[in-house]
Amino acid sequence: MSRTVIIDPVTRIEGHAKISLHLDGEGRLAGARFHVVEYRGFEKFCEGHPFTEMAGITARICGICPVSHLLAAAKTGDKLLGLTIPPAAQKLRRLLNLAQICQSHALSFFHLSSPDFLLGWECEPARRNLFGLMAADPDLARAGIRLRQFGQQILELLGGRKIHAAWAVPGGVRSPLSDGAKAWILERLPEARATARLALDRFKPLLAGPLQREQQLFGQFPSLFLGLVGVDGEWDCIDGQLRLIASDGSVLADHLNEDEYASFLAEAVEDWTYLKFPYYKPLGPQAGMYRVGPLARLNVCERIGTPWADAELAELRAHHGRVVTSSFAYHQARLVEIVACLEAIEQLVVDPDLQDRRVRLRGSLQCQEAVGVSEAPRGTLFHHYQVDDNGLITRVNLIIATGQNNLAMNRTVLQIAREFIPGPLAAGAEIGEALLNRVEAGIRCYDPCLSCSTHAAGQMPLRLQLVAADGQLLAERSRG
Amino acid sequence: MSLAPPPAALPAGPPPKPRLRLATVWLAGCSGCHMSFLDLDELLFVLAERVELVYSPVASDIKTYPEDVDICLVEGAVANTANLELALQLRARTALVISFGDCAVTANVPGLRNLLNRDGRGGAAAVLQRGYVELADGSGRLPHAPDLVPELLDQVLPLHAVIAVDLYLPGCPPSAERIAATLLPLLEGQRPLQAGAAMLRFG
Ligand code: SF4
Repeated sequence: MSRTVIIDPVTRIEGHAKISLHLDGEGRLAGARFHVVEYRGFEKFCEGHPFTEMAGITARICGICPVSHLLAAAKTGDKLLGLTIPPAAQKLRRLLNLAQICQSHALSFFHLSSPDFLLGWECEPARRNLFGLMAADPDLARAGIRLRQFGQQILELLGGRKIHAAWAVPGGVRSPLSDGAKAWILERLPEARATARLALDRFKPLLAGPLQREQQLFGQFPSLFLGLVGVDGEWDCIDGQLRLIASDGSVLADHLNEDEYASFLAEAVEDWTYLKFPYYKPLGPQAGMYRVGPLARLNVCERIGTPWADAELAELRAHHGRVVTSSFAYHQARLVEIVACLEAIEQLVVDPDLQDRRVRLRGSLQCQEAVGVSEAPRGTLFHHYQVDDNGLITRVNLIIATGQNNLAMNRTVLQIAREFIPGPLAAGAEIGEALLNRVEAGIRCYDPCLSCSTHAAGQMPLRLQLVAADGQLLAERSRG
Repeated sequence: MSLAPPPAALPAGPPPKPRLRLATVWLAGCSGCHMSFLDLDELLFVLAERVELVYSPVASDIKTYPEDVDICLVEGAVANTANLELALQLRARTALVISFGDCAVTANVPGLRNLLNRDGRGGAAAVLQRGYVELADGSGRLPHAPDLVPELLDQVLPLHAVIAVDLYLPGCPPSAERIAATLLPLLEGQRPLQAGAAMLRFG
C-alpha cells in the first residue's frame, strides 16, 4: 500500500509550508512534495488602487524584503510616468537594496541556518535555533545580530523606519542621504566587514569537513539560472539586464526585455500547493526549470567588481567549477554577496551624488502598462501593472523570487529523501530525525520567503504523515 | 598553623524567578512584525535570560504549539482554516494573548480582499481565480487538497473576532521600541502603559 510522509510545518524559513514524501506499494520512495499552505491574493485585491499606492501595499507582501517590492513598484511607476530618475535617486535606491540584501542574508545565515551547521544536525530541536546559538556561541550570535542591524539601520537612516518605509517612489526617492547617516555607516562598516570575515572563516572549513555530504546531496543537479547582470556582465542587483544561463555556462538568453517576460516565463499550477511553478517557457516545465537568488546571481555574472568579493567568487568557482550547481552553495553565495554589498556600500556612501537634493521627478501618466524588475535577496522579482486613464490599477501580476525556485526545491527534497530512504521502508518503520532535519535544511538552502512567493505568510510545524494510495491516513508523527 | 575559619555561607538571595514561557505565532501577515521582534537586536540577549521561547517560526523548531504558555505574540490576520485552528489552540494554551501588529488588530492588508465580497462571489473565490487560473499557464486547476493546503476563509478576520485578546500592540509593524515597552513590564508582572502616539499609532 503506498503512503505519504509529511513534515509540517517546515521551520526557520520565512513562510508557511509542509513537506510530504510519497512511498509506493513496496515502500520505496516514489515522490516528494514541498507544499506552501497560504495565499493572500494581492494580485486581485490591488485592483482599483492608484498605482502610486502599490509600493505601500506590496511592501506588505513581505516584512523581510519589503524593499524589493518597494523598488519594483517604484521602477514600474517610473515607467508609467515615462521618467528617467535623477542619478542621485538611482544611487540611493542602489544603497537601499544593498543594505537590504545585507540584512536579509545575515538573517538567513546567522539567525535561521547557522544553528544547523554550528550546533549540528543532531542537536535537539529545542536548542537548534537562534537562542541556542546565543547560548552556545554568544560572540558569533551577537556579531550576526549586529550585522543584520547594520543593514536594517541603513534602511531606517534612509527611509525613517526599518520595516515598510515608503521611501522609494515613482520618479525617485523622498530624501537624500544625511551627513549623520553617512557618518554612521562609515563608522560601522569595519565591524560589518569583520563579521563577514568571521562568518566565512567559520563556515568554509566546515565545507571540507562535516558538511561534505550536504554539498553532494542538497540540490546537486543541473538547471538553468536567471538573474540581472550589469552592462559588462558584472554582478548587479538593481539596474542590470536579465540573463539566463545553462549549467554548462552557456548563455541561453541575454538582455532579455522584462516587458516581454510573458514570452519567456510561464507559471504552472498544481492542486497540492499554493506556490506556482514558474519555468522558462521555450523549454517547457521540465527542462525549463531555473534557479534564482544569490547562487544564480553569482553564476550568471562574469565578476562582482570589488576585490574581496571577487576573490571569494574565484574561490567558490575554483572549488565547484564555473557554474555552481549544488544548492547547498547558496549559503556560501549569501556570504559572498554580503561581502559584495559591504564593499559596494563603502564605495557608494562617499559619493557626493547621494547628498544631492535632486532626488525626485514628478510627471503624469504616459502609458497604461509597465513591468519593473529588481533583484530581491532571494532572486529576481517582477511587478507588472496595467492602469486606467486615472492611474487606477486594472490588473497586476507579480512573479516572485522564491516561486521561481519551486521546481528546484521540490527536486531537492526528493534528492535528499532518496539518500536517506535508499530501500523500501517497512510498514510502521520510524522516520529518523536525521532525515527530517536534512529535508528541512535542504529547503532552507533556498532561504524561501513564502510570504513573498504566495503573497502569503506564515510559520511551519513539522508533521509527517503516511498516507495510503487510497488517501487513508496510516500513521502520523509530529516533532516538538 | 591555625585553621582558617570555614567560609561564611553565601547570603541566600531571592529564589531565581522562573523564566516566562513565550511563544510567537504567525498567521496571515507578512512576517514584518516578527522581523521587528528580531529588531530588538541585542535586547534579545536580555530577553533570553528572562523568557524561554517555546514556540516561534523564526527561532524554534518546535512544531506543535505547547501547553502552559505565559505570553503569546500573534502576528497576522485569520485568513484560512489553519490560522483559525491555531488561533483556537493557542488561546486554550496561553495565559496572555497579544494581538501583535495591525494585521492581527484590524486584518489590515490581508483584509483588503474582504472588499471583493461586494460582488457577492466572495473574496476568496476572486483571489484564487485571479492567481491560479488567469495568471497561470492554463491548466485551470486551483490548489485544493483538504488535508494539505488549508482552505481560505471567505472573510479575513482580525484576531479578536475569533478568540479573546488580552492586549493589543498596533503598528505595521510595531517598532522594536514599542515591542520592548510592552514585553519588559510584562516580564515584571506589570501591565504595560499604552498611551501616546509612540505606543498606539497604527501603520
Ligand atoms: S502588521 Fe504590517 S508588518 Fe505586521 S504582518 Fe501585517 S503587514 Fe506585516
